[in-house]
Amino acid sequence: MNKTGAQILCDSLVKEGVEVIFGILGGALLPLYDILPQYPQIRHILTRHEQGAVHAAEGYARATGRVGVCIATSGPGATNLVTGIADAYMDSVPLVAITGQVATPFIGKDAFQETDITGITLPITKYNYLVTDVTRLAEIVKEAFHIAQTGRPGPVLIDIPKDVLQAVTNFVYPEKVNLPSYKITSRGHMAQIRRAVKLIDKAERPLIIAGRGILISRAWDELKLLAEKAQIPVVSTLLGLSSFPGRHILNFGMLGMHGMAYANLAVQNADLVIAIGMRFDDRATANTDDFAPLARIIHIDIDPAEISKNVPADVPIVGDVKAVLNVLNKEVGSNDHLEWVSQLGQWKYEYPLVDLSQGDKLLPQYIVEQICEVTQGDTVVVTGVGQHQMWAAQHFTYTRLNSFISAGGLGPMGFGLPAAMGARIGLPEETVWCIDGDGSFQMNIQELGTIAQERIAIKIAIMNNGFLGMVRQWQEMFYHGRYVHTKLWNPDFVKIAEAYDIPGIRVKHKEEVVSAINRAMDCPGPFLLDFAVEPEENVYPMVSPGENLAKFIDTPRPEVLSK
Amino acid sequence: MFKKKRTLIALVEDKPGVLNRVVSLFRRRGYNIQSLAVGGSERTGLSRMSFVVVGDSAVVEQVRKQLDKLIDVVKVSDITDMDAVFRELALIKVKAPASVRSEIMQIVDIFRANIVDVSLNSLTVEVTGDDSKIGSLIGLLHRFGIKEIARTGKIAITRGGVKD
Ligand SMILES: Cc1ncc(C[n+]2csc(CCOP(=O)(O)OP(=O)(O)O)c2C)c(N)n1
Ligand SMILES: [Mg+2]
Repeated sequence: MNKTGAQILCDSLVKEGVEVIFGILGGALLPLYDILPQYPQIRHILTRHEQGAVHAAEGYARATGRVGVCIATSGPGATNLVTGIADAYMDSVPLVAITGQVATPFIGKDAFQETDITGITLPITKYNYLVTDVTRLAEIVKEAFHIAQTGRPGPVLIDIPKDVLQAVTNFVYPEKVNLPSYKITSRGHMAQIRRAVKLIDKAERPLIIAGRGILISRAWDELKLLAEKAQIPVVSTLLGLSSFPGRHILNFGMLGMHGMAYANLAVQNADLVIAIGMRFDDRATANTDDFAPLARIIHIDIDPAEISKNVPADVPIVGDVKAVLNVLNKEVGSNDHLEWVSQLGQWKYEYPLVDLSQGDKLLPQYIVEQICEVTQGDTVVVTGVGQHQMWAAQHFTYTRLNSFISAGGLGPMGFGLPAAMGARIGLPEETVWCIDGDGSFQMNIQELGTIAQERIAIKIAIMNNGFLGMVRQWQEMFYHGRYVHTKLWNPDFVKIAEAYDIPGIRVKHKEEVVSAINRAMDCPGPFLLDFAVEPEENVYPMVSPGENLAKFIDTPRPEVLSK
Repeated sequence: MFKKKRTLIALVEDKPGVLNRVVSLFRRRGYNIQSLAVGGSERTGLSRMSFVVVGDSAVVEQVRKQLDKLIDVVKVSDITDMDAVFRELALIKVKAPASVRSEIMQIVDIFRANIVDVSLNSLTVEVTGDDSKIGSLIGLLHRFGIKEIARTGKIAITRGGVKD
């Protein structure tokens, strides 16, 4: 049947099961938006900025595991997507970004609102397309969704000139993709798996490092089985949080620059590291020369290029984490490592996080713990970037699978609010808390408009310390306390929310925290809590740049309290 | 670690933008390409690229994997240590007044090179071979005064048996 490019695009999205797209239109997209009402299956969320659209699509994708879709017009619309696309690339988020483009005769002429968005996004997309022929459009959409969500997921961009949206051709949605050069190794090499099993069976101090690959591959049951069968303690990367039950006796928290002391000590003392679906990011490993110095390393990942990129692997296993663990679990022997696990328990006891029961200051860590307490952990937490992000990682016990959504690899401030919107749209039955910083919040504050218009019932907790806190902490620790341009003058966030018809309250005292959280929970719609937290609180433990994981600066512990 | 020249060959889709993707990868990851040659292959729709890269073995292994990860790349192999034929073609325009012409022509003969263009005071020499052959010819021609050099970059193919 003959259809226009715009119809073909929508039909193809429907075929891919897309239920929501986030975007903002413009001249180049008018032919598409004009017919969008003919497709009621596709919900369109009009954001206030394209960065909001792309982070929302990311939040949706991270929360549901489905492909997130965002859309922007040519030129400035397209360039506004760049941060979110880069973020999706770093964190392996399945995303399809659709951009309008000037009509093909104008391409290369510096036409109004023409930008070379395929050129710009070349190094930050898994793949991208400039569609120059409407007869290729359906095939390209099919390929884009396939590439975005298979293997190691990532963002794919489709740039569609206006005349291609208007051109007419016969529409047939292809059954299969034809990509002979796109290959994925999903089953691990059996000989390598056997080598891994041997190492695991004879290890005395084995340790699992769980990364986001566990969540992408939905391999949490397999991870749990491995840990339990061979009694191997588990630490996770920032993005691996919530892949292993938070209260499990073998869970020893997060490793890395702001990882728990005991998790980092576990890494540095292990004789075997089983790294699963993680990429040895420098924020996780600290100094790689000194990373896990006593350990052999088994690295399981679907991306061969990650193997031995930052840390050499003794046993590389390329494959889908779930498929590999399934085989591995059958071969691994039951075991216990009582001494090792109790050593980790001892470190956990010796190096607890900051004691929040004392004092009456309003500490951000306390708020995070209370959100966890009140919700019973039955919520999805989405964060901005900064100190509050680290506190959300450290102090919330993630008992619900895939309940921590955060931008780890790129770390773009402004991620939290739109990503929380997207997460809630993907999971309309779930509670979604956005734990944000005052700085981060203001980087996409305009999305309050989207939240109000669509009545997206997220709960926003701003850890308002009046600082670009994480950077202030570095100035305090490494630049002699010279606070250069980290102090923020902030507006009254409650009044701002009110202007958007979103209720909110400001919380200044520790004793008001629980009732405030309850109030937000009781409100059926969106709610904003502005917490006036201790301005110069620091994130501990901390491994200084260049040091190894064992050389952490521990949480300061006043003598009085320990006596 | 020990830096070495390695030769990689890649079979890639012959589509617009593929060369850009490959070159962008090298730039973005800071890999050093010493020479790059692109052309058709035995299969329609596929081109063959030959690269000479410099780096220690870990870097070159990363280059290989990152190239292989590109969706348009069908296959990459490091053929440095394989039995292979390596060739490059160079065109060298050299100053050649009548007084030295015969001397230049003798050198050209020894190298089994050809003279492909002659003008009043210059000769253009075409030579094919490996690095060292082209290097020595250029070395010998230097003293006459070289006006221009154009080199294709090295291409390579493994020797003998048909294997997939
Ligand atoms: C877009 C962007 N710009 C700058 C930075 C550098 N940066 C990292 S954390 C941070 C401070 C964040 O402040 P806030 O959101 O208030 O969080 P806090 O650390 O105070 O909890 C900055 C400026 C960044 N990560 N992203
Ligand atoms: Mg702040």
